[in-house]
Amino acid sequence: MFEIRLHGRGGQGVVTAAEMLSVAAFDEGRHAQAFPSFGSERMGAPVASFCRIADRPIRLREPIVDPDALIIQDPTLFHSVDVFAGVKPDGYLIVNTTKTPAELGITAITDALPPGHWRCLPASEIAQRHIGRPLPNAALLGAFAAVTGVVSLASVLKAIRARFAGRVGEANAAAAQDAFALGETV
Amino acid sequence: MLRQIEGSQAMAEAIALCRPQVVCAYPITPQTHIVEGLGAMVKDGRLADCDYINVESEFGAMSVAIGASAGGVRAYTATASQGLLFMAEAVYNAAGLGLPIVMTLGNRAIGAPINIWNDHSDAMALKDAGWIQLFAETNQEAADLHIQAFRIAEELSCPAMVCVDGFILTHAFEQIDTPTQAQVDAFLPPFDPVQVLDPANPYSIGAMVGPEAFTEVKYLGHQKQIDALDVIPRVAAEFREVFGRDAGGLIRPYRTDDAETILVALGSVNGTIKDVVDAEREKGTRVGAISISSFRPFPLAELQSALSGASRVVCIEKSLAPGLGGALASNVRMAMRGLSAPVLTVIAGLGGRPITRAGIARVIAAAGEGALDDVTFLDLNRAAVEGQMMRAAGLTDTGPIAENLLKALNPGLVRRMTPKRRGME
Repeated sequence: MFEIRLHGRGGQGVVTAAEMLSVAAFDEGRHAQAFPSFGSERMGAPVASFCRIADRPIRLREPIVDPDALIIQDPTLFHSVDVFAGVKPDGYLIVNTTKTPAELGITAITDALPPGHWRCLPASEIAQRHIGRPLPNAALLGAFAAVTGVVSLASVLKAIRARFAGRVGEANAAAAQDAFALGETV
Repeated sequence: MLRQIEGSQAMAEAIALCRPQVVCAYPITPQTHIVEGLGAMVKDGRLADCDYINVESEFGAMSVAIGASAGGVRAYTATASQGLLFMAEAVYNAAGLGLPIVMTLGNRAIGAPINIWNDHSDAMALKDAGWIQLFAETNQEAADLHIQAFRIAEELSCPAMVCVDGFILTHAFEQIDTPTQAQVDAFLPPFDPVQVLDPANPYSIGAMVGPEAFTEVKYLGHQKQIDALDVIPRVAAEFREVFGRDAGGLIRPYRTDDAETILVALGSVNGTIKDVVDAEREKGTRVGAISISSFRPFPLAELQSALSGASRVVCIEKSLAPGLGGALASNVRMAMRGLSAPVLTVIAGLGGRPITRAGIARVIAAAGEGALDDVTFLDLNRAAVEGQMMRAAGLTDTGPIAENLLKALNPGLVRRMTPKRRGME
């Protein structure tokens, strides 16, 4: 079982991202479970969501405490939430930021991960360019596909287009493709 | 068709396939997505010949459902938590009048303190209102149980409540095999009411009944529930014939053969429990589990048979009966009459606290060592509780308990008040 925890702020689409990731995994014939950190949703409040991907039915209903991958939509959360709690030693980390790990002060985390298991990428800027709004989740899913290989870019794009119709879907898919390319090359 | 969708959406679609003629609900989290989905389907015509009636409150919702059902149409509503309490009087009336309304309960805690998260306090508060109560373990089962609930309710003229863990199921995306209209039509015939308010043939229902017949009316309500013990497994078997999968029934034992410790629980936590049972079995621990699908009627005979070999029974329950322990355990104890194994209560998952594999494994270990009390609070923050008790001792004006605990857990976040000390007025 591969477990992903996503951290963001209310309104950034952190719950939608987990749901789309589960749809992408389902589309590849796998079992997937996505769920939010249950609570009253407020714009700007810290929010977490979860996604499990497995090759057999998923019965487990506990929150993800030792994730295989972390997707951080907003690095300002570092100050208020222990977003790195429980991440596995061979886990993956995707951070939406224009900064480096040193500038963010998270080298203790990134240095401990295997080479190639983390990416910092400007997902909000990519989203702004394509969608016209700084909603980073589609771009982060593209980067997730590139860095982890757990799901294919094609499945991610299909899930995005299934969730968002028409131009919004195409813009989000373009953001995911850009981030995928960035995730593969950086 | 296999799809990856939200539980609430799957339930809304399953309910729509049951062709309800009146849907009336007042939105309350975590049930909101279900009734929003139904509202959208009525509006765009996917759910035809159905009135979606906006109501001013949960009391109105159940009252409209009662009126619709008494008028001879298939009626559905949904609620949760405080919403169920607000409609409580009408909930009892629906059962007393023998109206086969189906209601989703998106299980959620009851305040105070205010809490919107999952537990089973709401279902337990109205467990004796005369409704059939079915608990879903997965979102597949949550969708399927609604289809069964209309069959069971209408066959017995008794309302049925489908209890679905709020957020944990209602808001989870997972793989669900959504049925077709042809399948549901083959399984669920049109509603054929046994009593109808009809101006052409007028009579009243809900008459006042004095001491001379009240007991007899109540006895018949009890007998319906006893009859449901036969109807529920038969409907589940017929469901398997049409849909090709298991859902519902009375109880579902898991690896209970030769089990010394058997865990008993309601709803989605059974998934986590099964994972722990598998892990413990690998280590050689003789442990099994039983998921109770039908809490009302309560399957005494089936439970007694399934639990007869156990050395101890541990109920993992998401509600508290203050001053007693747990409603589930006290019910299970009745099923254990004549057997010597102790029935222990573990109160867990209150107000949305996660029930983890680690926590359940600790319960199994403690049970095996004979170290579980009659009532245990899983993962209780004893320091926080004792701190409040210490503060309260010797103070006259202790302030609100919930706020005090939050202050103790988050010292920087809440302004401290200065309490008055006893004898220093």
